[in-house]
Amino acid sequence: MTDISDLLESAKLGDRRSLSMLISAISESGDSPIINTATGWILGVTGPPGSGKSTLIGQMVRKWASSGERVAVLALDPTSPLSGGSLLADRIRMEGDDLRENVFVRSIPSGKTPGAISPILWPICGVLTECGWTRIIVETVGTGQSEFRIAALVDRLLLVDGPDRGDIIQAEKAGILELADVIAVNKSDLPGASSAAQHIRSSLSLASDDNREVVLVSAKEGHGIQELVEIIEKCEPQNTRGKMMMMERLISEWDAALVSHPEIDNIISELCDGSITVRQAIEILVSSMRDGGL
Amino acid sequence: MRLLEVILPLATYINMRIVIAKPGLDGHDRGAKVVSRALRDGGHDVIYTGLRKTPEEIVRIVNDEDAEVLGLSTLSGAHDSLIPKICEQLIENRLGSVIVFAGGIIPERDIEALFRSGVRAVFGPGTPTSDVLDFLNEALIRKQNGNPVGVGDDSGWNWND
Repeated sequence: MTDISDLLESAKLGDRRSLSMLISAISESGDSPIINTATGWILGVTGPPGSGKSTLIGQMVRKWASSGERVAVLALDPTSPLSGGSLLADRIRMEGDDLRENVFVRSIPSGKTPGAISPILWPICGVLTECGWTRIIVETVGTGQSEFRIAALVDRLLLVDGPDRGDIIQAEKAGILELADVIAVNKSDLPGASSAAQHIRSSLSLASDDNREVVLVSAKEGHGIQELVEIIEKCEPQNTRGKMMMMERLISEWDAALVSHPEIDNIISELCDGSITVRQAIEILVSSMRDGGL
Repeated sequence: MRLLEVILPLATYINMRIVIAKPGLDGHDRGAKVVSRALRDGGHDVIYTGLRKTPEEIVRIVNDEDAEVLGLSTLSGAHDSLIPKICEQLIENRLGSVIVFAGGIIPERDIEALFRSGVRAVFGPGTPTSDVLDFLNEALIRKQNGNPVGVGDDSGWNWND
C-alpha cells in the first residue's frame, strides 16, 4: 500500500493514477494528507431530482475547460440503505468530457453512515486544490437534509430548478434558497421557465437587500451557459459562509464519531428495550468520548 | 447485542467499485443496466458510463473512478477488436490489477481470445445476475489470497472453465 503522502507528491506532479488512488484512500480510511494551502474554489450544485443538474454541469465544465481552467467534478449519489450499494450514473449526462486532460470526474457514493460524507469531502477538495484543480464542482443528491449539509461545505452554491415545478419554493422552507448564491432555472426551452424565474425573483425581492441573480438557462440547448458561468465567477463567497462551514465540519465529524462509537449498537439496543432514556444514552456517549477521545 | 450480531456480518461484506461500460456503436444498454442494478443490489458501487464509449474514454473513466472491476457490454460484434484494445490500454496505464469481465452477444469461438487478453469471465444472454455476483466474489477472494486475477496478471484462471 503506497503511503498517502507519496501519492500526494506524485499527484501534484500531474499523475492522474495517483490522484485517483489518493481519493480512494481518503474515502476508505478517512485519513488525509497534510495540506498547507487553503481550500480552493468550490461550487456546490444542488436542486431537485430531474432538474438537469448533471447536464448543466456538463455544459459549465466545457466552458471552464475551454478557457483553460482545470475542472474537477465530484458527483455524489445516493447509497441504497438496503444493500449498501450505489448506482452512480452521472457519467451518462456528462458526455464528451471524458478525454480532456483538464477535466476530472469522480463519483462518490453518499456514504453508508449519516454524516459520513462531509468528513471525506473536505480533504478530497483540499487534495484537488493542492494538485492544481482550479474549479471544483460538487454535485449533490438532490433531496433532503444531507443536501442542506453538503451545501454548507462549499464556498459558493448554485441552485438549479426546472420550469413549473415549484420545488424551489419548497426549497425556501428547507433553507436551501437562503444558502444559494446563484439560482438557475433550467429547461428555458420549455414553456413556463420564464414565469418560474419571475416567480423566484419576486420571492427574493421580498428582502430589500437581496440582489441575487436568477438566470434562465437551457442545458440541453446550451443557452445562457456563458452568462451563468460569468455570474458564478463574479459571485463572492458570503462572509457568513466561513462560520457555517466550520459548524458543518464540526457536526459531521461529531456524527461520524457517534456512529462509529464502539458501544453504539449496545446503546441502541438498550434504547429499543427501554432500559435507558435518550438523555442517558447521550450522557454515556459523551462521557466515554471524553475519556477515550473521539 | 442482537443488533451487533446483525451488523457484524454486514461490516465484513465486501463492496467494490465497478465500472460498467458500453464500448462500440450499438445503442442497446438494457443488459448493461440490468447488470448495473443487480450489482448495486449486491452491495457494490456501480458507475455506468452510458453508450458508445471509446477504449480511451473507458480507460480514463476506470482510472479517474479508481475502479477495481470493469464490466464491458457489447452487442455489436466489435468485441473481438475493442475488448483486447481496452485490456491493452488498461495495462499500459498501470491499471493491470483491474478485474475485467464481458457480456452481451459474444460467440463461443471468440471467448478464448478474450481470456488471452486478460478478461476473466464472459456472460452471455440469459445469465442469472447472481452468476455475475458469484464471479466477483470468487475473483475478489483470489485477489485477496494473492492469486493473479487482474487484466494484466499472468493467470490461467477464468470463471467460465
